[in-house]
Amino acid sequence: MRAFTYERPVDLAAALVAIGQPGARFLAGGTNLLDLMKVEAETPQHLVDVSRLPLDQISEENGGLRIGAMVTNTALAGDSHVREHYPVLARAVLNGASAQLRNQATTGGNLLQRTRCYYFYDPSTPCNKRAPGSGCSALQGYNRIHAILGASDACIAVHPSDMAVAMMALDAEVEVEAPHSHRRIKIADFHRLPGNTPQNDTILGAGELITAVILPPPPPGGQVYRKVRDRASYDFALVSVAAVVETDGERIRSARIALGGVAHKPWRALEAERQLAGVPLSDDALAAAGETAVKGAQGHGHNDFKIPLAARTVASALAEAAKQRKA
Amino acid sequence: MPDTILGQPIDRIDGKAKVTGAARYAGDRRAEHPAFGVIVTSTVGRGTINKVDIKEAQAAPGVVLVMSHENAPAQAPFKHAGDRHARPKPQLNGARVHYYGEPVALVVADTFEQATAAARLVRVSYQTEMGAYDLAGNRRFAYTPAELVQGKPDSSLGDFDKGFAQGAQTVDATYTTPYQSHNPMELVASLAQWDGDRLTVHCATQLVDAAHHSIASTLRIPLENVEVISEFIGGGFGGKLPIYGDAILAALAARQLKRPVKVTLTRQQMFSVTTHRAATIQRVRLAAGTDGKLTAIAHEVMSQSARMDEFVESAAASTRSMYAAPNRLTRHRVVPLDMPVSDSMRAPGDAVGQLAIEQAMDELAYKLDLDPVELRLRNEPTEDPEKHVPYSTRKLVECLKRGAAEFGWDKRPSVPGTLKDGQWLVGFGVAAAIRGNYRRPATARVRMDENRHVTVEMDMTDIGTGSYTIFAQVAADALGVPIGQVTVKLGDSSYPQTPGSGGSFGAASCAPAVHDACMEIKKKLDAGQGPGNLQAEVKSAPGEEFKKFSQYSYGAHFAEVGVDTSTGEARLRRMLGVFDAGRIYNSKTARSQLVGGMIWGVGSALHENAVVDQRYGLFVNHDLAGYHVPVHADVPAVDAIMLAGFDGKSNEMGSKGVGELGICGAGAAVANAIYNACGVRIRDYPITPDKVLRGLMRPANLAQQR
Amino acid sequence: MTVDVGLTVNGVRHDLKVDSRTTLLDLLREHLGLTGTKKGCDHGQCGACTVLVDGVRKNACMNLAASLDGRGIVTIEGLGTEQALHPMQAAFIEHDGFQCGYCTPGQICSAVGMLSELKRGLPSAVTADLREAAVDMVEAEVRERMSGNICRCAAYPNIVAAILDAGKA
Ligand SMILES: Cc1cc2nc3c(=O)[nH]c(=O)nc-3n(C[C@H](O)[C@H](O)[C@H](O)COP(=O)(O)OP(=O)(O)OC[C@H]3O[C@@H](n4cnc5c(N)ncnc54)[C@H](O)[C@@H]3O)c2cc1C
Ligand code: SF4
Ligand code: FES
Ligand code: FES
Repeated sequence: MRAFTYERPVDLAAALVAIGQPGARFLAGGTNLLDLMKVEAETPQHLVDVSRLPLDQISEENGGLRIGAMVTNTALAGDSHVREHYPVLARAVLNGASAQLRNQATTGGNLLQRTRCYYFYDPSTPCNKRAPGSGCSALQGYNRIHAILGASDACIAVHPSDMAVAMMALDAEVEVEAPHSHRRIKIADFHRLPGNTPQNDTILGAGELITAVILPPPPPGGQVYRKVRDRASYDFALVSVAAVVETDGERIRSARIALGGVAHKPWRALEAERQLAGVPLSDDALAAAGETAVKGAQGHGHNDFKIPLAARTVASALAEAAKQRKA
Repeated sequence: MPDTILGQPIDRIDGKAKVTGAARYAGDRRAEHPAFGVIVTSTVGRGTINKVDIKEAQAAPGVVLVMSHENAPAQAPFKHAGDRHARPKPQLNGARVHYYGEPVALVVADTFEQATAAARLVRVSYQTEMGAYDLAGNRRFAYTPAELVQGKPDSSLGDFDKGFAQGAQTVDATYTTPYQSHNPMELVASLAQWDGDRLTVHCATQLVDAAHHSIASTLRIPLENVEVISEFIGGGFGGKLPIYGDAILAALAARQLKRPVKVTLTRQQMFSVTTHRAATIQRVRLAAGTDGKLTAIAHEVMSQSARMDEFVESAAASTRSMYAAPNRLTRHRVVPLDMPVSDSMRAPGDAVGQLAIEQAMDELAYKLDLDPVELRLRNEPTEDPEKHVPYSTRKLVECLKRGAAEFGWDKRPSVPGTLKDGQWLVGFGVAAAIRGNYRRPATARVRMDENRHVTVEMDMTDIGTGSYTIFAQVAADALGVPIGQVTVKLGDSSYPQTPGSGGSFGAASCAPAVHDACMEIKKKLDAGQGPGNLQAEVKSAPGEEFKKFSQYSYGAHFAEVGVDTSTGEARLRRMLGVFDAGRIYNSKTARSQLVGGMIWGVGSALHENAVVDQRYGLFVNHDLAGYHVPVHADVPAVDAIMLAGFDGKSNEMGSKGVGELGICGAGAAVANAIYNACGVRIRDYPITPDKVLRGLMRPANLAQQR
Repeated sequence: MTVDVGLTVNGVRHDLKVDSRTTLLDLLREHLGLTGTKKGCDHGQCGACTVLVDGVRKNACMNLAASLDGRGIVTIEGLGTEQALHPMQAAFIEHDGFQCGYCTPGQICSAVGMLSELKRGLPSAVTADLREAAVDMVEAEVRERMSGNICRCAAYPNIVAAILDAGKA
């Protein structure tokens, strides 16, 4: 780990000033930043510890929910309102990492965690995300866990968050503060595709602090989070699906589909959603939606299986969500 | 049988130390004013070092020493011959790079943080050469090794081709097993300390005696000037048979700095600096008549070997003794690659060999339309089919029958893909287990004081196997004292020599020595001496029985697996193993080892895979997030039954090896259960969702799911 | 760059000046000599370093000591001693919930933290009904909740048995 200075500002305003120092980074739970600092994939010169800022509340707001950026993953999944009305979010969070990590990881940090691409973590190999311009080792290398949608020749990494996939299906917004600005960013716009600048995971500006995630009122229908992985727990998704399905009797009224493990950002399958609106509920319709969700997907060899896997997982998650509502 | 503490499921005598954190592992050792060393490893797979630029590192805060091949002290040269674990292990002794992740420098600083940061500042430039990293792609370079641990690389009997042609049903299939990494939870670490010309090394090793020789010979100092201490070891599984750069470099640096030095590998470094299990390609051919009797068996193995240091994965060795068949063939070939050094990993040879052969037996059973348990029963030999000697003991039939009954094997769906449980297709699988039984010479020292307190001393180790406890049981039993009156001291080179922990030979080798030494004490007591000031040191060694008898331990595994029909995820639901390992010294600790081994088998079937980037020779997924081993959630009810037994040909105590038996065959039972569940046969381990899914999507299989 | 850290570890207050890079794990092991807490990966991938921070289980390797200023830490040494074992420690011995013992301090601290999470009704990925305020301590729950603690010796079935046993008390 490179040497750095450390400070823990007393309040939000002080934090926003402190982050102006050269090479400064926010430290929340640290479960991702410290991890990457140890392999020197991240080399901040100054850490601004925001973990104790009073941003750890969950409160109801306009029929929806306001989740403070410092709310831990455990607190989020354990919140009775979330469990009752946003089970897809609780499930997504609970399917991530381990209990120890969730006890420490924060909502803001989870959104900003970086890819688990093996090469990104190994400074002895080229990686455009870690060292822009050095090349992408995964493209011709071992890319079993990599993206099938929205990738570029510069980077085929995926965003590893489970939580963000559920938030994508829930149309969450990210609230962001800087010394002279305050904005809300739709989660769909928050993470970006790699393009030629894979070093940027999100559109967050330098020095901007996430203060909260805002959830609109819960969508009607059954909610399901399905995570496919190599082992039964403590493992990142090969593919994951957040599905919300509202039916009226035998017909699908509306559906929402978000995928994880397939792209540089949580991936919303809007066309598949539209395709389902108003059609009779049937296995074929759901399977067709799964196919639509992966339209244009491209494998890179080791990850080709993700294309049918994602399609099938979408279909099965939709079926489960639809069933839930009937019960 | 009289009441004896031997065999009883007593709690581990070192248990309290382990659950309170009091047990000290190598990296836990502390010293006055220590310095911390961090190893820098190569970033090319094959080539020569042009230059090691240490300027920046040397100038970094706290750095007290930077060592590379340019300034490392002279050491004994590396030797290919001899005991592979007692050989000199020279470090930083040349510009040649043999594999990706090989130590090329050591940075020592006042603190761990400083050393870690400065290690990144060592700039090494290379003349990179084209390396060979792909096993299948380099099979044309395969050669026949001189020998295996178990004898000749090849064997044949009868006329295989003829026997194969006679079969009413045949299987001719190729199975592949990936690189696996031991990854004991304890990181390999050493603390070296000099007192004048005397060196003490606290290190994580399974073989204290071998480490002792290895360190002394590398540094070219007298054996008696070195003490190796390895009191607690956080798992070995073969990964701590040799010593590594940490021990030698810590010793070299400590000598130069006149200060204790601690060197710990990172988890990432464990994948390349320590050894691994070689990848294999195995072709198995079986033929049987309609009566289910094998007419021919062939098992041909090709495995990776480091170009710099040969190791043969003897995967077909036990096939020579397993099933009856008149026509037989086994072959071992190795392919030299520019990869890190492979070596023994839990049940070397057998673990991966049985992933292949026991799956092939399952395939044959389906072709014959015969229950796979029955197929095995029908091919039970009366003597070792290749050595033509009797078995010392062999209760495979009992293992299979008992297991089938206890597991409820009769509920197995006979047609794959027919048992459903919600989203899951459920299947049952069986596999047999065989593991070579070994014994080596060992010496134990036993003392008794005036309070009849007994102390046992050996340089043997306890890597989690329960050595401390069972030797106390052996001594308490032999001398008729309560177990609380026995102290067992292990893991110090100043104690009498033993083979250490490896090849499951630890208990079978050492327990007789402890027993015999106790008997000497008893003789003295009976002669009216003591009880105070009594001491006996006895060496116990294997005899001719290992030539006159075919010696193995056996088992049978039964697994129930669920396969998710939409994603291809395969998950274990329950598993039972029944084992024949002779006499059991402690049924609690032995069961733990067997269950642990079975779970290793589950991991080898479903998870473990150290992937090589074929361009660089790098193990890409070199950490515990990328290299998957089973976690709690992967392990539902797993149980082991030990048949009562006694193998007097193995040793006078009647015991055989336990620690490696559980893994043998276990993975094949899981693979076979997957086939039974969903009709997908995966011969390329591990059986991950991507592979199962591909099978599920085949048109024939899709129809079946409807 | 040094920072001042004040911590209470197993009831004892320590005021230290440490390198800002020092993790809680290295602070415990190298500065305080509390080597019961183990390093298995240093990256949050194994759970060997699990300790209780203000009663909550966390990975000591994923915490900078600096950010824990003022917190209370309990390590394996603080749970019980060879003379006075914590019930969880005793259950691990009785059920042989370990072999090499290296993951054990982490497993035990994690189990203690887990029981309190269960008591507070916190759900897990396998909790069938998230709306239920109380969660039963059944095997599947324990397995899922303990999955952040890898045991390479694979003592898993015995660990679960020990936890279920100790948890009844
Ligand atoms: C072994 C392991 C397994 C894991 N498995 C999973 C998994 O299966 N699924 C999953 O989703 N995740 C998984 N994770 C990732 C884990 O969820 C993240 O590490 C965690 O959510 C990050 O949160 P944090 O608070 O610790 O972030 P930090 O590490 O503190 O921060 C991460 C990044 O966000 C920035 N940051 C943090 N907070 C803010 C803020 N409020 N405003 C602006 N910037 C901020 C930091 O500067 C840093 O760049 C795993 C992690 C590990 C180590
Ligand atoms: S996929 Fe992205 S993160 Fe991975 S090596 Fe390529 S550029 Fe780096
Ligand atoms: S050492 Fe902290 S999780 Fe592995
Ligand atoms: S007891 Fe050895 S790793 Fe768990």
